[in-house]
Amino acid sequence: MQKKYSWYSLLKAGFANQDWDKAIPSSKPKSKYDIIIIGGGGHGLATAYYLAKECGITNVAVVEKGYIGGGNTGRNTTIIRSNYLRDEASSLYEHSMRLWEGLSEDLNFNVMFSQRGVYNLGHTLQDMRDIERRVNANVLNGVDAVVVDDKEIKEQIPIINTSKNVRYPIMGASYQARAGVARHDGVAWGFARAASNLGVDIIQNCEVIDIEVEEGRVKGVKTTQGDIMADRVGCVSAGHSSVIAKMAGLRLPVESHPLQAFVSEALKPILHTVVMSNAVHGYVSQSDKGDLVIGAGIDGYNSYAQRGSAKIVEHCAAAILELFPIFSRVRMNRQWGGIVDVCPDACPIISPTKVEGLYFNCGWGTGGFKATPGSGNVFAHTIAQDKQHDLAVPFHIDRFTTGALIDEHGAAGVAH
Amino acid sequence: MFLITCPYCKESRDQNEFSPAGEAFIARPENPEALSDEEWADYVFYRTNIKGDHWEQWVHTSGCRKYFLVKRSTITHEVLEAATFQEINSENAS
Repeated sequence: MQKKYSWYSLLKAGFANQDWDKAIPSSKPKSKYDIIIIGGGGHGLATAYYLAKECGITNVAVVEKGYIGGGNTGRNTTIIRSNYLRDEASSLYEHSMRLWEGLSEDLNFNVMFSQRGVYNLGHTLQDMRDIERRVNANVLNGVDAVVVDDKEIKEQIPIINTSKNVRYPIMGASYQARAGVARHDGVAWGFARAASNLGVDIIQNCEVIDIEVEEGRVKGVKTTQGDIMADRVGCVSAGHSSVIAKMAGLRLPVESHPLQAFVSEALKPILHTVVMSNAVHGYVSQSDKGDLVIGAGIDGYNSYAQRGSAKIVEHCAAAILELFPIFSRVRMNRQWGGIVDVCPDACPIISPTKVEGLYFNCGWGTGGFKATPGSGNVFAHTIAQDKQHDLAVPFHIDRFTTGALIDEHGAAGVAH
Repeated sequence: MFLITCPYCKESRDQNEFSPAGEAFIARPENPEALSDEEWADYVFYRTNIKGDHWEQWVHTSGCRKYFLVKRSTITHEVLEAATFQEINSENAS
């Protein structure tokens, strides 16, 4: 395996047509680790990476039911931004944004992070008031943000429909220039490879079937590849968090829903930025490959089925077409659903639990991808020191008992 | 997408006519003042979020507008049972 990619190593291997080994070695589980991470998605792999890199703990296993990049990490619409309203949320997402900005170099893997900007459209006077409030809050928190009017939007995105003769005319938007997109499965591969290089075992096709708890302390996990012991276990299993929690006798304040997205056939470059609209509920960007990546909303019912209702797709397509009539003849290539665990306040849980040594990082709902490095970073410190990272403190699970919810849902709850 | 038979209208209709209304059998505590913060949080926010057969509430939004109970698989979306609150309660639900 190539330890470090460089222009020289790639050129050499390219000419020699060799040394294209697997980027991630396949590991079999040992009987004991210091820390087990359940879930090999972006957040879990980032946790393992920062445990090894920043906390000096390399005796770590990441246990993944499927394969790396096969879950929600490889299923989302890849939008990255940090323009959240609440101090707690914007600090966490901005922490993540700063890590994104150096991530490709840090991981020695090109995650194709592209800061092409994100527009969050406003369609009513109230939308615009909320946008101004959020932009002001962002600026005060050191997050770049500006308010733009419909003329500026039209100048930047000539194909957008700013006509007044539509059901929800565009009045303006917030714009975050540092926001953008990244190659989602590349992020999973990059973290997995970097963590693996530091000594972390990435164990794929290994499903956790039970969690061993003795006298209120976690002892390890039972998996389809045998029992693995560890004093500390971090659960980062997104849509399946409640299933994992049940194994340890816990309940969580989350419910699982399908979230859908779809991509078109590849087109020539036509949309250079990311456009999101909360009011009509759709968001769209164009990938480097050329396909339009379009995200819809969640279905209201609980589901683990990885598919949603046609109604949601129709609603989203209608919204996108009102914004971009030019896309009306674009053919869609694929459509899919992922299962997201949604918290009542639409903010994540990064927290210890009643079981000693068992930690949960869950409840990211529809917007977890943008937080991947930041989430892993604060969760790694939380597990390593058995004390919540400063940025994670407001995201303790006890907020549902104390009532200190982070009301991001209605505030900056723009489509993720 | 799936069909639900409304126990009031007695018709099998598209799920789009209905709206989900959360997990079933979560009774409002008789004396909220007597609850601890943990018990109140459990009532308001915590859910079982079952992967499997799930008893839940639905409302026939575009039909009779009545609330009723549905047992549905959250793995396959198959609707296994639909009944009124008079017919099923937390004691006789299977």
